[in-house]
Amino acid sequence: MIDEDFKKSLLKEHSYLVQRDSVDWFTVECPSKDLVSFCKSMRDNQGFELLIDLTAIDHGEGEECRFSTVMHLYSLVHRGYVRLHSLCTDNDKPFMPSISEIYPAANWHERETFDMFGIHFTNHPNLKRILMWDEYPYFPLRKEFPLAGIDTPLPADDVVEVTQASVEPAPMMGGPFVSASSGPISDSEPRAKDESWTERKEKPL
Amino acid sequence: MSTTTKEISVGDIGARGAEAKSQINGDKMALNVGPSHPTTHGVLRLIMELNGDLIEKCEPVLGYLHRGDEKIAENMTYNQFVPYTDRLDYLAPLANNVAYALTVEKLTNIEIPPRCQAIRVLVCEMARISSHLLGMGVFGMDAGAWTPFMYTFTEREKLYTLFEELTGARFTTSYTRIGGVARDIPDGWLERVEKFVDELPKAIGEVEKLLTRNRIFLDRTEGIGEISKEDALAYGLTGPNLRATGIDLDLRKDKPYSGYEQYEFDVPIGTRGDCYDRYLVRIEEVSQSIRIIKQVIKDFPSGAWYAEDAKKIFAPPKDKILTSMEELIQNFMIVTEGPQIPAGEVYFEAENPKGALGFYVVSKGGGVPYRMKIRAPSFCNLSILEKLAPGHFLSDITVILGSLDFVMGECDR
Repeated sequence: MIDEDFKKSLLKEHSYLVQRDSVDWFTVECPSKDLVSFCKSMRDNQGFELLIDLTAIDHGEGEECRFSTVMHLYSLVHRGYVRLHSLCTDNDKPFMPSISEIYPAANWHERETFDMFGIHFTNHPNLKRILMWDEYPYFPLRKEFPLAGIDTPLPADDVVEVTQASVEPAPMMGGPFVSASSGPISDSEPRAKDESWTERKEKPL
Repeated sequence: MSTTTKEISVGDIGARGAEAKSQINGDKMALNVGPSHPTTHGVLRLIMELNGDLIEKCEPVLGYLHRGDEKIAENMTYNQFVPYTDRLDYLAPLANNVAYALTVEKLTNIEIPPRCQAIRVLVCEMARISSHLLGMGVFGMDAGAWTPFMYTFTEREKLYTLFEELTGARFTTSYTRIGGVARDIPDGWLERVEKFVDELPKAIGEVEKLLTRNRIFLDRTEGIGEISKEDALAYGLTGPNLRATGIDLDLRKDKPYSGYEQYEFDVPIGTRGDCYDRYLVRIEEVSQSIRIIKQVIKDFPSGAWYAEDAKKIFAPPKDKILTSMEELIQNFMIVTEGPQIPAGEVYFEAENPKGALGFYVVSKGGGVPYRMKIRAPSFCNLSILEKLAPGHFLSDITVILGSLDFVMGECDR
């Protein structure tokens, strides 16, 4: 377990850390400029050898700080997790320092985060898309990207030339999704009913 | 017609490799394997650079089974996402269901009754057996041994019959709900499970007889695909693949969940971290799962099989929905708006057959997650391939992939 002494000494040693409330694991916020040195010290001095997960959150368009990354580190010494938040300072061209030198596991996680959110990881050895194809123009996990998808050309030009095919948005009516009960059917892209953040328009009363 | 004979001597494999490396300096060959190829166990594509028979570079290409599960999760209620978790590691859907339910429950303060916890432990261990049976059988097949696969699949079929009795489906079980499970165990089911685990060691014995000391199998797996402890940690390996390198990390022991702390079991670890060790760890884990299942059945708790204090989260019993106004409204709200989960962020990972399956959920309150990240063990386990494959023969790649035991459904999400 991560005990109180450890938390206190960690916060004291790295004065730039800010502790956050959390229901489960010890959570700190680290400024992106100190991220690499902090991760190095976590691995070498504190025994957090395992990078469990690295991902990002899109807080929504119009937020002061739109993107942030989240990491979970696990220590075999403490047998516990530490969660690490970092805010991206630039909303239009979000970037983060890459920690794949310290944790090789981060290599693929950072590629996935870049693929889904468009966050650039500086000094990453091979920053390209991992799940979507290389020429894909969008970042699907951003909040403004619609659930059904967007009409997109296929990756292979020669196939497109012959078939004129493209990736079409999914026909989603009637699926398991909660769709809007009123208004024109063409407008009601199925979505969760009580969440206004996916709507482009104002939430109907 | 005259024939001539020629003597061919087959030397030591390692020496041949070294010789090959020193001799062949011709053009390198690029070889593309997959995305649809029997050795890749799904839609994994490998772009390899070969020097003769030796792999010099290996680049995995993913994404052929990407369905955007995380985006979908942001657009539906918590219970609606349960069927999607079946399709992550589709060889152990019950374990995924449980891991997902436990994650979301951590955000609430509902208490899961002992009977529900016992059911969850039971199905998790059964899922582990079924996944390892497939993993071992297919691994044998990759190394050229067909027969063990038949034995493991026969046993796996019996397990699927049990799953069908419990959940109504063989593969896509969707068994858990936030705050409980979909239904209680049927009458006489526990006895049938017990009968199954009593008979299983005999079948495992047959597989062991065919594989464990099999000369050909040993030649193909021992010392192949060796992963050091340091590499395993650096690349974020979990599950049997990590334990085969000798690191003792089992979340059922380190971070017990759903009442695992009550049961006695050992965590098998390997010494070399090669393909053979990964096989041995899996076969021993099956025996340990049998041990856990026997203990669960011995003291199977009675009482409620869902959280009774979970208003607005777990739907009330059907007979009450049909007779009482309040319960009807509650049911309606849970179905349409979703279970009401408080705001906050939570990360939980469960020790699944393939490794640590983690869910990171950010909730802003209400019935729908704001963001959900799925930490797939297969994704992390595969990332070491770029480092692991170079220096091996092309024929070893089948064995290495088989021993890593990954599932693309989970890897690509």
